Amino acid sequence: MAAVPDDASVADSSALLEASGLIKSFGPVVALRGADLRVRGGEIHALMGANGAGKSTLVKILTGALTADGGTITLGGRPRTFHSTSEARRAGLICVYQDPSLLPDLTVLQNLKLTATPISLFRHYLAELGLEGFDLQSLPRELARPTLSLLDLARALAIEPQLLLLDEITASLPADLTVRVFNVARQLRAEGRSVIFISHRLAEVGALCDRATVLRDGKTVGVVEPAQGGEERIVQLMLGPVAATGAVSMEVRDLKAGMLSGVSFMLRFGEVLGVAALEGQGQQELFDCLAGVRRPESGQIVVGGKARVFRHPADAIRAGVVLIPADRLQALLRQRSVRENIALPLVNRFSRWGPINPRREKRRVESAVKRLQIDTRVQSEVRRLSGGNQQKVGIARWLASGFNTLLCFDPTRGIDIGTKRQIYGLVKELAANGSAVLLFTSELPEIQLACNRVIVLFGGELVDEMPASEADEQALLRAAHGLPSEADAEQQAPEGA
Amino acid sequence: MATSVAAKVSGPAGINAGRAVRRYGWTVAVYVLFATLMVATLIVKPDFGAFEWNTLTLAALPLAFAAAAQTMVVLSGGIDLSVGPLMALANVLALRATVGHDLRYSVGVALLVLLEVTLAGALNGAIIVLTRVPDIVVTLAMSFVWAGLALLVLAKPTPGIPLDFQNLAQGSTFSPWVPNALLLLLVIPLVWIPLRRSRAGLAIYAVGSDRNAAFRSGVNLGLSRVLAYAVGGFFAACGGLALSMTTGVGSPLAGTYYTLSGVSAIVLGGVSLAGGRGGMLGPLAAAYILSLIPAVLIYLGIDPNYGQMIQGVLIVIVVMIGGIGTVLRRA
Repeated sequence: MAAVPDDASVADSSALLEASGLIKSFGPVVALRGADLRVRGGEIHALMGANGAGKSTLVKILTGALTADGGTITLGGRPRTFHSTSEARRAGLICVYQDPSLLPDLTVLQNLKLTATPISLFRHYLAELGLEGFDLQSLPRELARPTLSLLDLARALAIEPQLLLLDEITASLPADLTVRVFNVARQLRAEGRSVIFISHRLAEVGALCDRATVLRDGKTVGVVEPAQGGEERIVQLMLGPVAATGAVSMEVRDLKAGMLSGVSFMLRFGEVLGVAALEGQGQQELFDCLAGVRRPESGQIVVGGKARVFRHPADAIRAGVVLIPADRLQALLRQRSVRENIALPLVNRFSRWGPINPRREKRRVESAVKRLQIDTRVQSEVRRLSGGNQQKVGIARWLASGFNTLLCFDPTRGIDIGTKRQIYGLVKELAANGSAVLLFTSELPEIQLACNRVIVLFGGELVDEMPASEADEQALLRAAHGLPSEADAEQQAPEGA
Repeated sequence: MATSVAAKVSGPAGINAGRAVRRYGWTVAVYVLFATLMVATLIVKPDFGAFEWNTLTLAALPLAFAAAAQTMVVLSGGIDLSVGPLMALANVLALRATVGHDLRYSVGVALLVLLEVTLAGALNGAIIVLTRVPDIVVTLAMSFVWAGLALLVLAKPTPGIPLDFQNLAQGSTFSPWVPNALLLLLVIPLVWIPLRRSRAGLAIYAVGSDRNAAFRSGVNLGLSRVLAYAVGGFFAACGGLALSMTTGVGSPLAGTYYTLSGVSAIVLGGVSLAGGRGGMLGPLAAAYILSLIPAVLIYLGIDPNYGQMIQGVLIVIVVMIGGIGTVLRRA
């Protein structure tokens, strides 16, 4: 990094915060491998990156919740290392997280006392956020989530920070409250103070932020100005180079099972093939057959050039075809550790019922955790993880045991929007690294987020196929209702008349 | 939407009845239960007088301190299975040092014992924080250490606590209806109220409530937990001294009963075993309730050994009623 001549480092004396070459690892998981961030005074700076890119770790280091293994942080030109959040707070750095950090069992007033927050300023900012006359005797446990976010934000504002970090605070806010948060951020900027804004919503970043730093795999890969059509560039930087699609992974020939009446298609390595369908058009049967949960009445499933008969999910798994179900807890053991969950299919493979080879298991599990950069220790229980991380564990177990074709059946059901994007980002990454992915989602607008190509099922038949670029919601809805596409309809209209 | 959020959260100024019930309802209910039991006692034993009242406060004193000790630790999100052995340790140390001495010397010894056992409690906490071994495991292990130490100090139950020192608890200096054993309980609010109002007290609640949020709020997690264990140790020491004063005997095994009875008292008293919720008033009343039950059985001429069974049933019923309340609120 040092070899790259950076005119900003010379000219940009206005830098409020400068972090360079930050390194941090948790055991085998390397979270940051040379992250740089330069925030000017009076700017709103976005921090972007796919799930596991290292954003949270960077934020935690900046606010003193973690200490970096290497690299430097300067604040207002002075080198600083924070050993606790209170130390960072005294220096004017404070973070508001997606999940509000108010103690549920202390009253709001006690929470303020705990953090030595000036009450009158707190009330002032609370009024600015639209919560005048708030009762400070309320218990956070009894308050609504968006209210808690605003309280947490007002508490951070009340210490008049030089640099305010907003870690996905908008994920739990309705649109009108988001606007208020934006107004407060702009006001800080006008006063010459700075904001670091983290969000998975590109539109928000485009609307609010002056510049964006993009992280990938723990490294800073670029600084973009989102306002000037930079959103495309951000996505490119976040996802990295995309591999071209290649050989056929799976071919389905005239598959019939229950509702499903004769479906044929091909799935290639390196692509995400979307399946669009309304409720109950045969998609459940299709995925069940492909995963070995159910036997087709007729038709063939060709995997790796050979026609297969899956009598049991274990047969499909041996052929490298694995399923991520909609309900992630269906597939995971909630009370057991991340490590055991990942190793479960492994145990089956290596030693069957015999003793477990711990060294071999450990190596595989750790490499899978590393690859997905699951933000946790392998010892944590799965139920303690966020929904997105749980789904990652579901995927990591297949990474550890090896697969070539991933079947995702509505993997983002009941997951918030921020996390959805992370999972789609992950699915894309897996495809980019050479796997084949078949993805059904019940939410049509999301098809374009993740897929290269889409097939549409209607009444148990494959009625349409289109590239993702044409698969907007309208086109998908038409096809999913069994209507001809607009282009076809126009062609047919004159003939009919 | 925004205004609705604001309206929903701010509510009317002044007293909010629903909220008061939610927050203090349990404590009030425990006191109502205590009052009901007292009335029942007076019906069963119409000649219940100052002597009986004095006996009850003497019986409840060590348990009240054990409950206070457990409350401190549980509020901080831990649990201390060594409360009983810590009490026994304080008890036998007091006997060894005071035998044959006068009151003044005995009080000096008592202060020293308080300090020592407070440090022992702090050591429990420090081990938990430093080794990251779960509270229940460390305190279980330490319960054997403290119990063993108590046996080394005094191998078998031995009388000999100076009478003057015993009278600090057993007498009634001011009025027969205000026995000294009741006044000694004032130690608890004297420690508790300033702590509750300080930032350290908030930090103890914070750590028990949500460790992650507490960390983000800048709370020193380790120090807060050690403090909770230390204050717990202090109350356990008070409990041990109370045993000395009420029985006049040093007994290395006397504390055993108080570990789990203390837990019973705090559960009955409305302290959440998950940490962060509850106060000191409820457990104190619960200690009296649990001490009153065997007395009532004796007045009724029933084998007091039924008392334990009744205690158990009472705890399940009370907690179950609390659970129904929670479910109803949610619906």
